[in-house]
Amino acid sequence: MSISRISALSLGSALLIVCATAALAAGSEADFKAAYAAAEAANKEAGLLRNQWTTTEAALAAAQKAADRGDFDQAIAASKEAEALAKASIFQSTSEKQAWKALEIR
Amino acid sequence: MRPAIHLVSAALAFAALAFGAVPPASAADMPNPAADARAFQKYFTDKFPKVKLEDFVNGPYAMDEDMHRQWEEKEQFPPYDFSLDLGKEMFSTPFKNGKSYADCFPNKGIGIRQGYPYFDEKEGKVVTLELALNRCREANGEAPFSYVKDEMAALTAYMAFTSRGKPFDIKIPNDPRALQAYQKGKEYFYTRRGQLNFSCATCHVQEPGERIRAEVLAPALGILNAMPIYRSEWGGMGTISRRFTTCNSQTRGVPLDPQDDEYRDLEYYLSYVSNGLPISGPGARP
Repeated sequence: MSISRISALSLGSALLIVCATAALAAGSEADFKAAYAAAEAANKEAGLLRNQWTTTEAALAAAQKAADRGDFDQAIAASKEAEALAKASIFQSTSEKQAWKALEIR
Repeated sequence: MRPAIHLVSAALAFAALAFGAVPPASAADMPNPAADARAFQKYFTDKFPKVKLEDFVNGPYAMDEDMHRQWEEKEQFPPYDFSLDLGKEMFSTPFKNGKSYADCFPNKGIGIRQGYPYFDEKEGKVVTLELALNRCREANGEAPFSYVKDEMAALTAYMAFTSRGKPFDIKIPNDPRALQAYQKGKEYFYTRRGQLNFSCATCHVQEPGERIRAEVLAPALGILNAMPIYRSEWGGMGTISRRFTTCNSQTRGVPLDPQDDEYRDLEYYLSYVSNGLPISGPGARP
């Protein structure tokens, strides 16, 4: 194999790596947007139930802040945390529709 | 055979829906505010047999002899005095149109705290004293006050002071909407919310007299009779709206807007079950 052919292969590999990295980065931003939208939707549902949590809001704010500085891994993690918290608040509202009666003084 | 099975299944499903899945409301499910109030007061007097019924309005100061002595000393120079003076001045100062708060209330606003909140049958909703004060301002061309700040606390402090000793006398008119508002208030009181999974009752029914960090939790019975309160923790006065919203945020729940229907209903319920206990506001708390 000639040196020029090796160089061409190396250049090709390098280009592939660069392209793949760029594609991964773009994918991370898209993943963040999807994760954030899911968290926002769940928190909106909690709002309709009149039971949002301050910790959900804090996680959403942290997600947006991480995304603003380009740290999409952190932004996705915070979005997923926000979604989990929002879903827990929805579960709480749903279960409390009956469960509150157990606390009632009779 | 198969169509017959389907027919039987459909008939069974219909019967379950008609008679099983939706049971008729029993008398036990119907709200009974008078029975609730009796059970509520009995719960606290049984839990604290040494505390007189009327002393529950003194919150944590009724729970402990040492704290009661501290409170007696504090009452000689009460920290809410400045607010009371401000409230009296504000109450007697006419609006720009020449009218005043006295024109908005029965008995010119003096000695009427014990009747608030009330159910307004025209509006179909609960009206609290804080709401009535802001409506009075707006009706006379004045901007409403914040429900959680000093001006509202001062006005309600003065109105409570003129009503001291008068027993809470909250009425539930013969209107299904009033009963529903009461029931919703009760449901809010017992419903757990926020990430900490606390209801109002978690602290003020299950644990009154116990400490949560450095604070002694107040009993729910009589808790609104002392409002508004000067809280050392806040370093200032607080209205009922302030108390409700901060309770929510302390459990890591996003508070609703002051005077949202839920809070109005909650105040209606909590005041009703303290009927007969004297107004003691403005109060002071650690």
